[in-house]
Amino acid sequence: MSLRRTIPFLCVAAAGVVALVSFASSSLIGQARAPTGTQFPAAYRAPRLADGRPDLNGVWQAFVTANWNLEDHDAQPGPHPELTGAYGAGPGGQSVIEGNEIPYRPEALAKRNANFQNRLKVDVSNDKTWHALGDPEAKCYMPGVPRATYMPFPFQIVQGTSQYVLFAYEFTSATRIVRMNWQQEAPTDAWMGWSRGRWEGDTLVVDVTGQREETWFDRAGNYHSDALHVVERYTPASPYHMLYEATIEDPKVFTRPWKIRFPLYRRMETNVQLLEFKCVPFTEELLFGKFRKQAAR
Amino acid sequence: MRHSLLFTVVGLALAAVVGLVMPTAGQGSKTGPAAKKYTAPKTPWGDPDLQGVWNDATSTPLERPANVGEKGVLSDEEAEEFQASLANELSRDRRDGGNAADVNRAYNEHWMDARRLKITADKRTSLIVDPVDGRIPVLANLSPERQKVRAVRAEGAKRFAAGLPDDYTDMSWPVRCVVRTDVPPYLPTIYNNNFQIFQSPGYVTIAPEMIHSARIIPMDGRPHLHKSLRQWLGDTRGRWDGSTLVIETTNFRADEGVLFQNANPATYKITERFTRVAADSINYEFTVEDPATWSRPWTALIPWNKVDPDEQMFEYACHEDNFDIVHFLTGARLREKKAER
Repeated sequence: MSLRRTIPFLCVAAAGVVALVSFASSSLIGQARAPTGTQFPAAYRAPRLADGRPDLNGVWQAFVTANWNLEDHDAQPGPHPELTGAYGAGPGGQSVIEGNEIPYRPEALAKRNANFQNRLKVDVSNDKTWHALGDPEAKCYMPGVPRATYMPFPFQIVQGTSQYVLFAYEFTSATRIVRMNWQQEAPTDAWMGWSRGRWEGDTLVVDVTGQREETWFDRAGNYHSDALHVVERYTPASPYHMLYEATIEDPKVFTRPWKIRFPLYRRMETNVQLLEFKCVPFTEELLFGKFRKQAAR
Repeated sequence: MRHSLLFTVVGLALAAVVGLVMPTAGQGSKTGPAAKKYTAPKTPWGDPDLQGVWNDATSTPLERPANVGEKGVLSDEEAEEFQASLANELSRDRRDGGNAADVNRAYNEHWMDARRLKITADKRTSLIVDPVDGRIPVLANLSPERQKVRAVRAEGAKRFAAGLPDDYTDMSWPVRCVVRTDVPPYLPTIYNNNFQIFQSPGYVTIAPEMIHSARIIPMDGRPHLHKSLRQWLGDTRGRWDGSTLVIETTNFRADEGVLFQNANPATYKITERFTRVAADSINYEFTVEDPATWSRPWTALIPWNKVDPDEQMFEYACHEDNFDIVHFLTGARLREKKAER
């Protein structure tokens, strides 16, 4: 299949998956399109580094709207349309989840919905409730995995031939080190977790544990607990694409493991580079403004 | 994060007392015998291999202290004494100095990088190697505009130091977790002095532990970002000079108080050189120039020592748990209320 045809085909195929799941009786599209990720030519073989491993170096970006909601979502106004009009409004998008919906435990779903209602509330205090309210993205916290992958910012893979691969994200300059063939337990929790890498054929598999429980999956309030375990798969699919898959497991919040899947696109601009998105100064007023000295009466 | 207060109090003190104000010495060890003999291993694509986790902690002050006179390099005996006296000054486990000092040192050696209590192996009295007096060349007079900006910042810093910040903007960029030791030049501080270097074809990447940014440096000769794009950490381009990595950084933002000694980003330039001089040691040398700030360019040499691979890099989440800002501000509001009564 030519590259030119790949992208539209992928979109149609994704729509097909959604249609298949949502309308099981209407199987016309489902029969015409393979329901699992076979959109890219199966025979693609990525260029190699000196150690014979597939070369994943580059600036990559997802072009899904999963950061607004991993599940199906309508376009929606921003939180303060009276101030910003259509600025800040969210695009609609199709679920990136295999099976369409996140398999929440019934009691956990209520918390997801509350998270959404409270996504812009913050209660910075000097106790444990500091992190209880609000989307961590609004507070400029490191997004954790897999959210860092599908935020609307690029990230760069820095891969040599050592046992370390660096993932650098533009959003708040977050980084994580993928330790190849590392077997240890996470020594402590971290916002970006602890990543162990290994190769399965041309696929880089990254096993992530030790993530802080406070990160969310998206602006819709989808969340996890401290038992989160993520296994990511990065599979080169063409010179310009990788297929990204992540299996998410958290028995405290979900009834079974579930999986997300979407392509990553290579940023092709001449001399493209990650820039800074140091967002701390963008959120300080939200977090700390209320502690300001009031003008003398 | 939990280190913020410490960083503030001790970091500022350290910077002021040890790092930023004291003078320096000798011509340095870059021409020492080790530098000449050692040949760095190569990456499979032929670049000198600088990869690993490195630590730049040292007690050797940036500028040469007055009490060592003109001496750039010390004898063994002198070095021992110099090191002991610096370690005593820096130690946070001392109990002398009165109640206030004692409370301040509650943030004790447990939290600190013990490597910072040792002077450089080459026994220099300053990290600055040029000029030879080991001191930062005299500061040029500031323009009236910059004097004004700096005065505003100084007022805020004064309120903060008195425990009465009006607002988060009275705090420094490191306290606010916007930038810390990730802004070049890399200077040793009280903790998290680690840097991991990654290499990939066409790039060298330096990841400072504090704060988790990655400096991904293109080595292909491409031009800098257009001068209209400005960044906290600037924009870096690199090249190889023999086995030395040479990187130049421009395009810094103009925020007062980010650059070293408030250099002027419009005229400031920094060049850093990394030479692996032994399997476990890199010479990190930086030259800064800014005619609007210093009377001449100056250069410092700081040894980077390889860290045991088992002592891995940790994530330094600074802003995410920055309770300090809330504590500082609520404390200030309480003090004001108390004063009203």
